[in-house]
Amino acid sequence: MDLIADQISHRFGALDVLDRVSFTVASGEVVAIVGPSGCGKSTLLSILGGLLRPSEGRAELRGAPPAGSLNPLTFVFQDFALLPWCTVEANVEFPLVHTALDAATRRAVVDDALKRTGLSDFRGAYPKQLSGGMRQRVGIARALAVRPAILLMDEPLSALDSQTRELLMEDFIRLLADGAMGAVYVTHNLEEAVRLADRIVVLSRRPGRVRKIVDIPMTRAERGAIDARGRLLALQNDLWSLIREEAIDAEREVQHA
Amino acid sequence: MPSARSSMLERAPQDDRVTEVRPVAFRGAGFMPTAGRASGWIALALVIALWQLAGSAGWVNPLFLPPPSAIAVAIYKLAISGALWQHVSASIVRIGSGWLLGTVAGVIVGFAIGLSTLARGVGITFISALFPIPKIALLPLLILWLGIGEEPKIATIALGVFFSTAISVYSGVDAVPRNLIRMAQSFNVPFHAIVRRVIWPGALPSILAGFRITASVALLLVVSAEMIGAQFGIGAFVLQAGNLMQTDQLLAGVVILSLFGLAVGKAINVLEARLLHWR
Repeated sequence: MDLIADQISHRFGALDVLDRVSFTVASGEVVAIVGPSGCGKSTLLSILGGLLRPSEGRAELRGAPPAGSLNPLTFVFQDFALLPWCTVEANVEFPLVHTALDAATRRAVVDDALKRTGLSDFRGAYPKQLSGGMRQRVGIARALAVRPAILLMDEPLSALDSQTRELLMEDFIRLLADGAMGAVYVTHNLEEAVRLADRIVVLSRRPGRVRKIVDIPMTRAERGAIDARGRLLALQNDLWSLIREEAIDAEREVQHA
Repeated sequence: MPSARSSMLERAPQDDRVTEVRPVAFRGAGFMPTAGRASGWIALALVIALWQLAGSAGWVNPLFLPPPSAIAVAIYKLAISGALWQHVSASIVRIGSGWLLGTVAGVIVGFAIGLSTLARGVGITFISALFPIPKIALLPLLILWLGIGEEPKIATIALGVFFSTAISVYSGVDAVPRNLIRMAQSFNVPFHAIVRRVIWPGALPSILAGFRITASVALLLVVSAEMIGAQFGIGAFVLQAGNLMQTDQLLAGVVILSLFGLAVGKAINVLEARLLHWR
C-alpha cells in the first residue's frame, strides 16, 4: 500500500504552513521528513494520517492494505500519548477493544506486541512508573498491535535522552528491517533521518515546500558498518547545508514571535 | 621573570581567607511543608482541653460557650432520645436526594457542554447568568412552585449542586489532554468509546474535586433551607436550640454538621484513592 501526498497545502488562519507538498511513500519504504522548525512537518504528518483536513490537496492511499491490518496508517507520537489510568497491557490493547477480534485473539496480539518491544515483564505497570524510553516502547507496541502498513512517527525520539534515543533507534531499525511496514518519520534530527530513511524529504522554511528529496543509497543493514559512517556523515552534512540558513532564520522568527 | 598568573598562584597560599576550608552553606531549606498528623491531633486536643478548662474554671459563661463535656452530654441525650436520628435522617434524605439530582443533571449538562459546540454556546451563557445567584434566594420561589413539603428544599440543594457540578465537569472535559483524544481517533476508536474510555477517566479528577465542593454546597443549603422552613433536620434543630438559648444543643448540632462534613470528605478521599490510583 502506497501513501501519496498530493499537492497538500495548509493554512492556519492567515498563516501559510504548507505549500503544494507532493511525494509518495511506497509500500515498505521509510521516508523521513526534515526541515527547519515550524516548517509544517508535524502538520503534514497529521494531514497524511487523516487527523487534519488540508486546506488544499489531499492525502491518498494506493493499493490494498496488508491482510489483517486493523489500522493501516498508525501514529507513534512524540509525547507517547499513553492513557495514564491504564496499565501497559491495557494501553496496548486499547486500539483493539473496539475491533472484531475476540478476547483470546486480542490477548495473543497484545502478548506478541509486548514481546517484540521487550515489555512482557512490565505489562502490569502504569505509565508513570516507566522511563521515557519504556513509555515510547509502549507507544510502539500499541502501534504494532494493529498491524500497520505505514507507521506515522512524529519526532518519536525527541522527548528522550541520547542513550535512550540510540536504543530505540536500534529497535526501529530492527522493526523496519523486513520491509513489511513502511514509515513516515518526521524529525529535526538529521542523524536519525540518514540512519533510518530510504528517502528524505527536505522541506523549506514556512510555508513548507518540498525543497529536495534525497535518496539514501545504502540499505539500513549496510549503514550499521563502521566504514559507512563517513558516508552517512557526509550525507548529514549535505542535508544540514540545505537547511542551515533557513534554520537560523526560523529560529530568529520563533524568538521574535 | 614569572608571569602574572604564576605570581598570583604563588601568592595565594599566603592568604588565610583563600586557604581556609569551609563547608558550602546550605540554602535549600523551607518551602516544603509536610502535614504532620500528630501535631494536628495534639493541637486539637489542646484547644478542646483549654476550652473545657475555661468552662470549668468559670472564665466564660457556659450559656454563651458551653464546655465540650456539656456538648458531648447533649449529643448523648439526643442520641438516646431518638431525636438525633430524626433530625440527622431528615437532613441526609434532603442532602442525598438533592445532591444526587443535581449531580446527575450537572454531569449530563457538563459533558454536553464539554463535547458539543451548540450545547457549549447555550449552556455557558445560561450557567454564567445563573451560577452567581445564591440558590437559597430561590427557596421562596420554589416553595410557591412546589409547595411547602420536601420538594423545594431538595430542589434548592439540587440547583446549588447542579451548577458547580456542570462547571467542574466541563472544565474536566476541557482539561483532558487533546493528544489522548487525537490518539484514540488515530486508531479509529468510535466516539462513544472515546467518551467512555478517554474523556470520562481523564475528566474524573476534576469531577471528584467538584464533588468535594458540591458536598459542602449541599450541606450549606440544607442547613439554610431547614432554618427557613422545616420541623426536622439539623438546620431546624440548631435554629430552635438558638431560639431557646440551649447553646449546648446548638453546638451539638454544629458538631454533628462538622462530623457529617468530615465523613463526606473521607468518603470522597476513598473514592479518589480507588478511582485515581493511577495519578
